[in-house]
Amino acid sequence: MENRFVYADNAATTPVSKEVVEAMTPYLTDFWGNPSSMYSKGREARRGLDEARETVAAALGCAPNEVYFTSCGTEADNWAVKGGARYMRDKKGRTHVVTSKIEHPAVLRSCEALEREGFTVTYVNVKPNGVVDMNEMKNAITDDTAIVAVMLANNEIGTIQPIAEIAKLAHERGALMFTDAVQAVGAIRVDVGELGVDMLSLSGHKLNAPKGVGALYVKKGVRIAKFLDGGGQERMMRSGTENVAGIVGLATAIKSAVERLPDMERVRKMRDRLAGFILGNISHTIYNGDPDLRLPGNLNISFEYIEGESLLLLLDLAGICISTGSACSSNSLEPSHVLLALGLPAEKAHGSMRVSLSHLNTDEDVDYIIEKLPPIVARLRAMSPIYPGDDKQ
Amino acid sequence: MQYSEKVMDHFAHPRNVGEIEDASGVGTVGNATCGDIMQMFLKIENDVIVDAKFKTFGCGAAIATSSMATELIKGKSVSEALELTNKAVVEALDGLPPIKIHCSVLAEEAVRAALADYYKKIGREIDFEVPEKDEEACHIIPEE
Repeated sequence: MENRFVYADNAATTPVSKEVVEAMTPYLTDFWGNPSSMYSKGREARRGLDEARETVAAALGCAPNEVYFTSCGTEADNWAVKGGARYMRDKKGRTHVVTSKIEHPAVLRSCEALEREGFTVTYVNVKPNGVVDMNEMKNAITDDTAIVAVMLANNEIGTIQPIAEIAKLAHERGALMFTDAVQAVGAIRVDVGELGVDMLSLSGHKLNAPKGVGALYVKKGVRIAKFLDGGGQERMMRSGTENVAGIVGLATAIKSAVERLPDMERVRKMRDRLAGFILGNISHTIYNGDPDLRLPGNLNISFEYIEGESLLLLLDLAGICISTGSACSSNSLEPSHVLLALGLPAEKAHGSMRVSLSHLNTDEDVDYIIEKLPPIVARLRAMSPIYPGDDKQ
Repeated sequence: MQYSEKVMDHFAHPRNVGEIEDASGVGTVGNATCGDIMQMFLKIENDVIVDAKFKTFGCGAAIATSSMATELIKGKSVSEALELTNKAVVEALDGLPPIKIHCSVLAEEAVRAALADYYKKIGREIDFEVPEKDEEACHIIPEE
C-alpha cells in the first residue's frame, strides 16, 4: 500500500471536527460577550451557553441544571472525587473512599490527595479480564464510605465496568457514586439514569471537540463541595467566566457523537479484524482486557520480547500513531498500572500497544496497520536478546 | 520528550546489530522487568576490539546507545574501551532526555561486562569495576 497517515490513538485525543469549528466560530468572532452581562452582547453568549447545556443534558439523559461545565475531564474528576468526599466528611462524618486500581491518574491522584487529608482509600482489584472484582467491591463499601469512584470505561484497555451494579451497592450504604465516563461518552450509550450514578465526568477533546472543555453531571439533590470560588458562575459551584465557544463546541460534538453511535459497530468490526489478524499471524502476543466488555475502538495487545516505545517510534516512522503502556514512553519508569493490575508481569506490560480507532478510521487504515506492523515486530524481535524464536511464521 | 536526530538515526538504523559467534567476550546487563536488556559481543585480537555487536530489548534510547557504544569502541584497544563513559555516549548522540540517561549507563555497563568476560576467558585479573547483577531495582538516574 502507498504510505499513509493513520491516526489510531483516539483515546488520547481526537481532531476537532469541521462542524464543531463552524459552530464555535461565531462565539469567538461575533457573540464574544460575557454570558453574565445583562445587555444584548452578553445575552447572545448566554443563549449559546444555555442551548449547549440543554444539548449536553439531552445527550446524557439528564436535566440542563444537572450539567456543570469545566475546563477538562481531569478537572471534573478532581471536583467530583474531592468535592464529593469532602462534603460527605463535613456533613456526614464519612472518611472512606472506594475506587479501583485501574482508574485514570486524575482519579487516583485525587484519591491520594484525600489520603493526605485523612481519608482512607480502598483500591479495589480488577479480575484478569480488567473488570472490577464485584465481590471485593461489595466488601469494600461500608457505612463509612463517602464516595465510590469507578470509571465507566478504561482508557488503556477499554474495559467497561458494571457501573449500575456498583452504584446500587454504593447507594445501599448511603455513599455517593461517581463515574469517569471520559472514554465512554461518544463510544457507547451513556445514560445517567440507566447508570444510576450521582456524578459523571466527560471531556470534549475525546469526541472531536477542542481541548480545554469538559463537564460534570451532578444529579439534582446531590450536594458536593464547590470547586472554584469567585463570581458565582455554574450555579455558584464552579466560578470563572465560561468558555462559551468551547462549551458550544462540546455540545455540537456530543450531539453528533450520540447520533453516530450506530456507526461504532463498524468501528468494532475493524478493531476485531485487526485483533484477529495480529493474534493469528504474530506469535507471542497477549490480548489485554476482556474482548467483549470493552469499548468498540479499543485494542490492547502485548508483544512479548519487545518494548513498546521502540514499537511506537517505528510505527510512527511508518505513519501510524498508537500508544503504549511501556514505562519508557511515559515520564515515569513504571509500566502501566492498568496492565500490572491485570496481573501482567512488567516485561509484558512494557511490550504493550494500544490502538484506539474512531469513526474516522477506515478499512484501509486497518489494512495499512496489518501491512506495516508484522515486519516492525519481527525487526525488533530480531534484535532482542530475549527472543526465543518464532513458532508461527 | 524528544530525541535528537542522532538518536533517531541510531534507533532507526542501528549499527552493529547481531551476535558474534566466536566472541572473545559477551556481557549482558539490565533486566526485562525494567524494560531494557543489552547484550554486547566483542571480538578482540591482540587486545584490540576488531568487532562489536549488540542485541537490545528496550526503548529507542536503549537501542541508540547500544548502537553508538559499539561504534565508539570498534577499533579501540581494550584499555581505551574501558574508558568509555556513559557521558561520552550521550555526547556522541547529541544528548538524551534526562529520563533516558540510564540507557547510556546501561551501554557503558554492557561494554564493561563484555570486557570482564573477556578478561575471565583469558585468565587476566579484572582490575576494573564490573556492573553488579541487580534483578531487583531498575536504574533510575535522577535529573541533574
